[in-house]
Formats: sequence, C-alpha cells, structure tokens
Amino acid sequence: MADHSTIDQDEVAGWLSSMSNELQNLLSARHANKTPRIVGIKTGGVIVARELNKRLGLDDEPGELNISFYRDDFSRVGLHPQVGASKIGFPIDDEIIILVDDVLYSGRTIRAAMNEIFDYGRPERIILATLISRAEGRELPICADVTGAELKLSSHQNFKLQENLSLEIEARSCQPQS
Amino acid sequence: MATATQDIQLCDDGGLKHFLTIEGLNKQRLTEILDTAESFVGVNNKATKKVPLLRGKTVANLFFENSTRTRTTFELAAKRLSADVLNINVSVSAASKGETLLDTLRNLQAMQCDMFVVRHSASGAAHFIASHVEPHVSVINAGDGQHSHPTQAMLDMFAIRRNKSDFAKLKVVIVGDILHSRVARSQIHALNILGTREIVAVGPKTLLPENISELGVTVEHNLEKALPDTDVVIGLRLQKERMRSALLSTEDEYFRSYGLTEDRIKLAKPDAIVMHPGPTNRGVEIEASVADGPQSIILEQVTGGIATRMAIMSIAMGNIEKSLSGSRTDSGLVN
Repeated sequence: MADHSTIDQDEVAGWLSSMSNELQNLLSARHANKTPRIVGIKTGGVIVARELNKRLGLDDEPGELNISFYRDDFSRVGLHPQVGASKIGFPIDDEIIILVDDVLYSGRTIRAAMNEIFDYGRPERIILATLISRAEGRELPICADVTGAELKLSSHQNFKLQENLSLEIEARSCQPQS
Repeated sequence: MATATQDIQLCDDGGLKHFLTIEGLNKQRLTEILDTAESFVGVNNKATKKVPLLRGKTVANLFFENSTRTRTTFELAAKRLSADVLNINVSVSAASKGETLLDTLRNLQAMQCDMFVVRHSASGAAHFIASHVEPHVSVINAGDGQHSHPTQAMLDMFAIRRNKSDFAKLKVVIVGDILHSRVARSQIHALNILGTREIVAVGPKTLLPENISELGVTVEHNLEKALPDTDVVIGLRLQKERMRSALLSTEDEYFRSYGLTEDRIKLAKPDAIVMHPGPTNRGVEIEASVADGPQSIILEQVTGGIATRMAIMSIAMGNIEKSLSGSRTDSGLVN
C-alpha cells in the first residue's frame, strides 16, 4: 500500500458501504429499537460521519467534535482555533453514539474524543467506527468496532482524507491531524 | 516603554506569553484570541463546563484593587480550564503587613504558581511583575491604574464581532470618562488594530485626555452630534470618586449632557448595540431602560468575558509550555 500515493473514491466508497453494513448488523443485534447518533471528529472524521449518516438513513445532522481542548499534547502543538468549535445538536445521555474518525493510529485522539463526549452526558454505548485502522502504532488500548480497511504505512507517512472522499498518502506534516 | 512591553509579552516566535497591553500586538494576534474564544463558547454550554487544558496548573488571582466581575470571571475561566485557583486579595493581606510586591510574588512562585492574574491601582504594575517572574510563569493584566485593561478590551471586541462581524464597516462611539479609563484606552487600541472604520471619543473636555486624537480617534464634545450613523455605543462608568474633584459639576448635569438615554440611542443606527464594561451607574451614565433594553449587550459582554479569558489564559500558557519544551511544531501525535 505504501507505494501508492492515492486511494481512489471508488475504493473508499466500497469501504464506507461495508462499514455501514457492519454498523447495521451491530445495531440490529443489540439496539434494534434505538436510533443511533453519529459524532465525527474534526475534520476528517466529520466527512466520514456525513457519509455514514447518509448510508444509514439517519435524519439528524452528525455531531462534530473539536478535540483540541482534550488533547494530551496541547503543550507541544498549541490550540487550533481554525478547526472550529464542537457542535452536538442532540442529547448524549442514554444514547447509542457512533464515534467516527478517518484514521485510527495512536488511539490518543479517540481517548480525547471519549473524554469530551462524557462532558456532554453519559451515553449508553459508544461504537467506534474508523475508515482506516492503521495496523501498527497504537499507543493506547483502543480498537475500532467497525473499520473500512486495515492498512500498514510507514511511521513517516499519513493518510489524508479529501473532501471528494479520496485518500492521499503524504509525508507526515508538522500540523496535527484530526 | 512601548518597545519593552512588546518584547516582554511575546515569545521569540511572536506568540503571546504574558498579556499586559493591547499596544504592540498585531491584528493576527487579536484575531487568534477572538477565534479561540469562539471555540470556548461551546464549553460553557456543555453539561460539564470544563476542559482539561490547564489541568495541574495553578492560577493566582492577585488583586491589589477591588473587583468583583473581573475577578470572578477570571476565576471561572481558570476553573473551566481545570486549573486550580488561588484568590489573593492583597490589599487586605500581605501588603498591609508591610510585605513588598516582590516578596509576595516570590512567595507565590515558591508555591509553584504558573500564572498570575494581576490587578493593581498603579499603571505598569503587571508589566513590573512580568519582568520579575520566572520563565515558566505567565502574567495577565487584569487592569493597571489608568493604563490598560486588555482582557476587558478583548471581551468587548469579542462581543462586537459576534454582533457586527466586520470592524472595517463600523462606527464606534465611546462616551464618558475616558481620561481615567484604562478600559477605553485598551478598547481604542484594539479597535484600531482590528481596522475599525471610525472611533469617536465623546465627553466633557475635563474627562478627555489632551492628546487623545493621537490614539486614532475623532473627538466630539456633543453626544447628539456623535451618534448618527453609529453601530456601537460604548458607555463608560463615571467614577463617582472623580465627582469630588473639580472635573465635573453634578451627576445630574452629566446625565443631561452625556447620559445614554432612549432618546439619544434612537439617533444611532436602528440596529446599534449598546455596551458598558460595568458596573453601571443607572441614571448617571446610562438610563435603566437602555441598560436593560433590546439593544443592550451588557450581559452578553459578561458571558463572553469567560470564553475570552479562557482563550487568553490557554494561549499564553500553551506558548510558555511550548517555548520551554523546545519542540514547537513537530507533533508526534497523529490520530
């Protein structure tokens, strides 16, 4: 995989479909009578969240989390006001939350996102769905319930999800990723 | 002093380390504060009004001069950033026992405080403290003498931007005791840096500083003449203690000429907003029906003050941490 610089939209669309199928199975098995809520982590996770929202046929706009205030590396990377504030337009208490990000790597972003979600309320369950799960590099005991693909990449490279739903593989930039 | 101030409140890369005065900061810095404050607004509406940014940090509110609103909003801002807060009313503690400012400071540093929020009746006090603290400590000016009250000015800019958006289109009238007002001074600097179209300072000759036009404002002594076409009207507190001096005749006379009344506000644009840094003297500088009226955003200023102070504290603390850790941009953390 690492020798390709782009993964095209069709392939990503295929992953998204299989993710939404898996999610549906997961939900009907345990939460058949409940409508889940989707929350995406800014900015890549929000793009994936919108797609899953569409595919699952949910009415509410997905929530958006800016986890910069919860990161554990604030002193190294500072604040990023341009990412914008978190927006969650629905209650969290006792809800099934599908937490969505584009890439699961170290697990630290997910840790921060879960902390933030609990500041909004106490969900009944959080399901983690990520478009990509990187095979190596986890730093916390976190794994996704649903992933589009498990990929291996050198530690010097990053995935960057584009608005048109293609994936760029790029050298790791100075800016933190979503 | 302007140059020294500029140097002392910035890190090597130009980021804010202390927040002592608006002077010497550029538009980008002020916009960064306003944008960051915007993202903190949501925090104050959550079930748990807290984020862990300053967890483990200790903020000392060092108030050598009385204040309720400023001190409490600083305290709330620090607590919502998860910092521990010490409130020290110095006027009734160490200073009255003869301890000097520097001794007080060194003691607090010895207790490993990370940030001092300072209010003092002497102009330049926060600057003096900032020049004596250890490199890991940030100093925020919460009002020094008649010099500067930069966080108040920033929360006012935040309230204006939320209601009016583009500073380049705005006419702002500041009315009242500008001579003694550190708030007005800081507001004028901030409005100019943000590119405000027109700033008019209104008040009796005795309450306007002689050189005020050098600050980049138009001077007007007649409030009725100043108000037409105005988008933002800022009333200042008439400090009653000044009444005893020869600067003003009576409160009644002041209200007749400069009070913000419903009739006068009608002279401004129909969608003009009315602001006041508080505390208000109703019936002296502002009519109660204006202070509580639909155009007043006085309470919105207070609410926005928490988000603005959270922004300033976290930006300054973050920059100090970055400069001390030496690793400025090479984030190792991804996803």
